[in-house]
Amino acid sequence: MNVRLIFSIARSLLFARWRQTLVAAVGVTFSITMFIALLGFMTGLNDLLDGLVLNRTAHVRLYNEIKPNEAQPISLSSTYKGSYHFVHSIKSVGSRQRIYNSGAILQALKKDERVTGIAPKISAQVFFNEGSIDITGVVNGIDVYAESQLFYFNDYVTSGNSTDIAIVSNSIILGKGLAEKLLANIGDVVQVTTISQERFPLKVVGIFQSGIQEFDKVQSYASVSTVQKILGEPNNYITDIQIKVADIDQAPSMGREFAKLFNTDAEDIQTANSQFETGSFVRSLISYAVGITLLIVAGFGIYNILNMMIYEKMDSIAILKATGFSGLDVNRIFMVIALSIGLFGGVLGLLFGFLTSLAIDQIPFNTLALPTITTYPVNYSPAFYFIGSTFSIVTTYLAGWAPTRKASKVDPVVIIRGK
Amino acid sequence: MNNIVTLQADKINKRFHDPVTVHVLKDITFSVYGGEFVSVIGKSGCGKSTLLYILSTMDTDFEGDLFIGGENMRNRTEQQLAHVRNEKIGFVFQFHYLLSEFTVLDNVMLPGLKLGKFPEEHVREQALHKLDQLGIKKLAHKQANQISGGEKQRVSIARALINDPSIIMCDEPTGNLDKVNSQIVFDIFKTLTQEFHQTLLVVTHDPEFADKTDRIIEMEDGRIIKQ
Repeated sequence: MNVRLIFSIARSLLFARWRQTLVAAVGVTFSITMFIALLGFMTGLNDLLDGLVLNRTAHVRLYNEIKPNEAQPISLSSTYKGSYHFVHSIKSVGSRQRIYNSGAILQALKKDERVTGIAPKISAQVFFNEGSIDITGVVNGIDVYAESQLFYFNDYVTSGNSTDIAIVSNSIILGKGLAEKLLANIGDVVQVTTISQERFPLKVVGIFQSGIQEFDKVQSYASVSTVQKILGEPNNYITDIQIKVADIDQAPSMGREFAKLFNTDAEDIQTANSQFETGSFVRSLISYAVGITLLIVAGFGIYNILNMMIYEKMDSIAILKATGFSGLDVNRIFMVIALSIGLFGGVLGLLFGFLTSLAIDQIPFNTLALPTITTYPVNYSPAFYFIGSTFSIVTTYLAGWAPTRKASKVDPVVIIRGK
Repeated sequence: MNNIVTLQADKINKRFHDPVTVHVLKDITFSVYGGEFVSVIGKSGCGKSTLLYILSTMDTDFEGDLFIGGENMRNRTEQQLAHVRNEKIGFVFQFHYLLSEFTVLDNVMLPGLKLGKFPEEHVREQALHKLDQLGIKKLAHKQANQISGGEKQRVSIARALINDPSIIMCDEPTGNLDKVNSQIVFDIFKTLTQEFHQTLLVVTHDPEFADKTDRIIEMEDGRIIKQ
């Protein structure tokens, strides 16, 4: 009923001591600014570091592990069923790296709604010949379009054009470290020798840099068909199927399911990269803790200033009460003051936080390990802005609660008598 | 003066309990009639201010009954009492107690806006009218802390009048003023009772001031000794 009156009284009280008000608001602004900037920056960095590995890792990878066969011939024999078998000198089976019936598996995966993308891959161990030196390396046969779409392969090709390996026959993209060792540049031809001693000339169409140096020293990419040709295998030869799934948490169970269904081995992202999730979780936890500490400190600032304001305004509160304002009205007036400090400070904080994020985003950040990154990474997730604004209101409300209660309990008789 | 009872105190007793129990008001019984100009006098510490705070509903910790406009003030919530103060009682204090953050006009308007009976424009006109009556209309747009003591007291009288209260209570209204300003304030009170039949209850220790009022209630040691 008296909303307008209460707001106008609150406004007058606020502006009467605008410097004090400003200090309180600046406290909130500063903490929200830091909260937004800190979380944006930390999360940006987190995403970057996680992306470094996770973006390039399939959620589920189907392959055939080199390992001893679980079913040895003796176990097939009905004569010795139920007996305990001692088998000596078991050898791992390596000749079956290819995934059997890969065409049908790919088709089945395409129909699966939980799967968002698949990319076939062949890994081939080779030697790169540079004069008299042989350098061991790996040629990965990839579908460059699927690879770019799912694993941002494009981002890591620093010179040349990634799609050339699909267009130019017998072409290859070398890792930067590898290219330096081979003294190879775009347009050059490198000699590749397979394990079965066949030599193959490949034309370099690009250089890639993954950010992990050891990786760049041995890896190279060619199209699936080129690698099939090098290995002398037919065009259904595939050693890996990389799968991206809609819900990453489902990856382990889907991995087990596919392994059973397609009779291959499966590795999920959680098993392969468990340490990354732990790292980013701890980093976010720390940034949230720091951000929330800032807000709580700002809350104490508001508490102090409101307390002081109420001591100063004792006379005014007494007179308001004497002339017919109830304790509830006084309570509301001071609550409006507290919340407007929070709101005003919070909105400015969000704005400054955004500007600070933009500024951080402009700071050059060049590192050899990360070819695609030129400035510091910042995450602009609306969630931070939402948490920041909610928190600024909640802290100011809590900070205002006790002083406001005190104001509403002021006994006018005590004040007026006391003079 | 008419014969309608505006304010009635019936056997009001008040005790302070801290640090030891002191019986400050003893069986106070009296009535104030409409249009009357009553003064309460007594020496310092006789309980006259305490009585005023009880009569004004701000102090609710007492025994006995208090009737304002015929209604008993017992067992009312803090909000209801605030409403009674807003609508029926006007206050003038010794220290002028204006809100220094507001202009003179806003100070006068606030109780009227709080009552919410009339639209803001009407309250503004009323406030200007009251200020005009008291001869301080030209101060309307000054900040409340930029005017003199005598002027402040007149502003607080205008504020007390804004809701046309049934009674105005004053606590040493001239206690802090020089002779000239005291005379001005007294003349205003006189005009209010004579021309506008405003009921006034003034607590004072100034016998000169009291002598000029319609009726004197004299207090000593928490009792009314003469009225």
